[in-house]
Amino acid sequence: MSFLRLLARNQLALAGLVVMGVVVALALVTPLLPLAPPNVTDTGNRFVPPFSEGALLGTDHLGRDLLSRLMWGTRLSLAVGFAAALIAATIGAAIGIIAGYYGGRTDNVIMRGVDMLMAFPYILLALAIVAALGPGLINALIAVAAVNIPFFARNIRGITVGIAHKEYVDAARLSGMSDLRIILTEILPNVIPVIVIAMSTTVGWMILETAGLSFLGLGSQPPVADLGSMLGEARSALITNPHTSIVPGLMILVIVMAINLLGDGVRDALDPRLKSGALNRPLPATLVAKDREPAPQHQDVILTLDALQTQFHVKDRVYRAVGGVSLSVKPGECLGIIGESGSGKSVTALSVMGLVASPPGLITGGSVHYRGEDLVGAPYRKLRTLRGSEVAYIFQDPQATLHPLYRVGDQLIEAISSHRSIGRDEGRNKAVELLEAVRIPNAQARIDDYPHEMSGGMRQRVGIAMAMANDPEVIIADEPTTALDVTVQAQILSLLDDLRRERGLAIVFITHDFGVVGQLCDRVAVMYAGRIVEEGPTRAILDAPRHPYTARLMACVPELGGGRRRLEAIPGLPPPVNDLPPGCAFAPRCDRARPECRAGEIALEPEGDRALRCLYPVEQPEAAE
Amino acid sequence: MTVPALRLDDLSKTFPLGRSLFGGERMGVRAVHPVTLDVAKGETLGIVGESGCGKSTLARMLVGLLAPTTGTIEIEGEALDNADPAIFGKRIQYVFQDPISSLNPRKTIRQIMSAPLKLLHGMDKTARAARISEIFETVSLREDFLDRYPHEFSGGQAQRIGIARALAAEARILILDEPVSALDVSVQAQVLNLLADLKARLDLTYLFISHDLAVVEAVSDRIAVLYFGSVVELGRAEDIFASPRHPYTKLLADSAPVVGRPLTAPEGNDTDLPDPLNPPSGCAFRARCPYATELCADEVPRLTERGGRHVVACHHPLSD
Repeated sequence: MSFLRLLARNQLALAGLVVMGVVVALALVTPLLPLAPPNVTDTGNRFVPPFSEGALLGTDHLGRDLLSRLMWGTRLSLAVGFAAALIAATIGAAIGIIAGYYGGRTDNVIMRGVDMLMAFPYILLALAIVAALGPGLINALIAVAAVNIPFFARNIRGITVGIAHKEYVDAARLSGMSDLRIILTEILPNVIPVIVIAMSTTVGWMILETAGLSFLGLGSQPPVADLGSMLGEARSALITNPHTSIVPGLMILVIVMAINLLGDGVRDALDPRLKSGALNRPLPATLVAKDREPAPQHQDVILTLDALQTQFHVKDRVYRAVGGVSLSVKPGECLGIIGESGSGKSVTALSVMGLVASPPGLITGGSVHYRGEDLVGAPYRKLRTLRGSEVAYIFQDPQATLHPLYRVGDQLIEAISSHRSIGRDEGRNKAVELLEAVRIPNAQARIDDYPHEMSGGMRQRVGIAMAMANDPEVIIADEPTTALDVTVQAQILSLLDDLRRERGLAIVFITHDFGVVGQLCDRVAVMYAGRIVEEGPTRAILDAPRHPYTARLMACVPELGGGRRRLEAIPGLPPPVNDLPPGCAFAPRCDRARPECRAGEIALEPEGDRALRCLYPVEQPEAAE
Repeated sequence: MTVPALRLDDLSKTFPLGRSLFGGERMGVRAVHPVTLDVAKGETLGIVGESGCGKSTLARMLVGLLAPTTGTIEIEGEALDNADPAIFGKRIQYVFQDPISSLNPRKTIRQIMSAPLKLLHGMDKTARAARISEIFETVSLREDFLDRYPHEFSGGQAQRIGIARALAAEARILILDEPVSALDVSVQAQVLNLLADLKARLDLTYLFISHDLAVVEAVSDRIAVLYFGSVVELGRAEDIFASPRHPYTKLLADSAPVVGRPLTAPEGNDTDLPDPLNPPSGCAFRARCPYATELCADEVPRLTERGGRHVVACHHPLSD
């Protein structure tokens, strides 16, 4: 159902579907229609023009009714085209799956065979097959199918290789499945969409190829008509009686166009990458709701978030990813944002510079002040100059953020030159300087490395160097060490710590690890379900958490040196942010919750240098235990 | 002496680098150097190491997904020298790191759960249904999950399903390959507790692989530290990070972020893992080791006992 809806969104594909539906329906009912017999010659009525009495589309050189021949011919051409596609897909997919699944020598032998088949020009190959088997529609069908097998085999093999190394295939093997069963029940169901896509885009091509062979007289044999042979027979009368060529020619055009439009639509609807919105190009900056209420400007702090709200509007659902977050960070300060996945910590960070993908992202309320200027709703030009030069980001996966085809030095220089013009030598010197600043040994040589030539830790250093390239005032680091090994993590953390002390950088550090926060951050904000539940100096919060969520989250993380023990798990899951409970979002999982907690909005109450969103906080002595 | 649940004898794996054009074998990459280990019945053996240290290769050999290059695996006294996962499957099972990608997206949970029951134990439909509800009860999953597809579950739920599938094979040894590293901390604790409960109830033996030292320490009886494909230290969980003997174990322990410890990188910046294509002579850790001497370059240190059940592969082990 959803497939049809996706398909219908593409209007051209829908038009293709309608045209194809009509053509196929007509072809199916052709034997029932009151048509003149297609193969009875009547030389007295040769070349009757279209729209004549008794022959709507006229007659051909033997006086046969063109409408009747067209209908029967279309029926035959479609049948042969689809049959060829089906055969090619079945055999090609079987070859591809076997080659991809077994790999190694099997793969090599099969695929080299397929390569050899591909090395011949396809029409030559088809001609050779027909020449060997003799002319005839069935032989033309075999030839067209054979010529298209390599296309399917290569396509499906590539997909299968990816699937055969998936963990669920290993799991199936451990469940005692034989190879054949794994192929049929684990791999095939995951390959079928690809086969359908490949088929839908090649059927039109195969109809054309069959028509081509028939045109040359190698396909359907007289007197039987298919679209190709009709064209072939009309060739000699092309000038004198063009309607005999135009009728089958137009039909071929219509069929192939319709199939190709439909095929593109099917591909777009089935392809998981396109389904996930890869074709929706996000805007350069996050959209801002018109009715947003900006917050007043702030004092000495460099970056302030005020009651920031970011939502995702997907169809009729509203995901409140960030539900009113207020934060600020001073120069030289490191602010930690801690939370589990889905708590809104990354979206908060991305909202600062309008980097949340829009659509579906939308900033619906609050402000982000950078040096007293509201960035929410600021013109894109303004955001672009600030991005990287004033506020820079470091992301979790340096492998994904560095371009694999450019040398790291060139990428660093590009980061600089997008903000100010810089000469070649100066850029290179600056890049070396940056790599040295992030303590990459032998920076002069490593500047010419490609990202894949570096280890994960080195790549993340490049990521940091790139963030530092324009001497930003604020760095927002989104789980920069999560993908790294502990020994490397320690190096990266101490590097960030040194940088902020030496240069007075303000750092917003997003993580899920209390150990990291405890070592690096001055202050910490704990987020749950899109809101800050507790905030304050790191030391105070880690020593005596007041919000039950903070306390219990800390208790369920094992700490090195604690020995073997049972962990204090929090039962249940965080609420989905499109269906938040009224009152405290943590109440359903909290053993201190009382009816008031579920009743209404609970404010984030300041309490000295801390702030807390809880009616029944954990008492200090209790937490110290 | 009782028969260990799992015994590895000189188990190693070398991945060939393909043949050269003229058919001669080229050198391979040694992912796991010969490992000899015993895991007692009912024990949890933790294995820690950084990425690329060979811990997953080791785990995949133990369940028969990879054929070892040398050495043997014995399970409860019986040698398993063929690499047929179906035979391994009844004795030893595997819980994968990524719970979602270990479940086929196009199968219902019931189909996934049924496969081991049908193929390894030959159960008929009614027996399978009864067994599945029993297992689901054990891992506290609701039975109405059975007719849903994997994408409908959160990571924690999917990992419970993965554990349930491993239990369905009735193997008494589970290889847990980073079973909680893809999960959020609050869910991680739920799954770790579930694993502890199952172990006590069903008398299981665990091999727990992780890169998270604190998690491994919290669940293991003994811990083996892997570096560059070799076990460099093996000892009781309470001792190994508290008083490490191998300089690498000490480096790991010092690198782990701990609240209250000042932030200093315990080693310099020019350290990378050794190159597997061009392995160093002697001790693989010597380039990073502050105590390295010429002896370390000449001779590969062997695992030797240093007090109690603590074994270390180092020429210059640290003292307390």
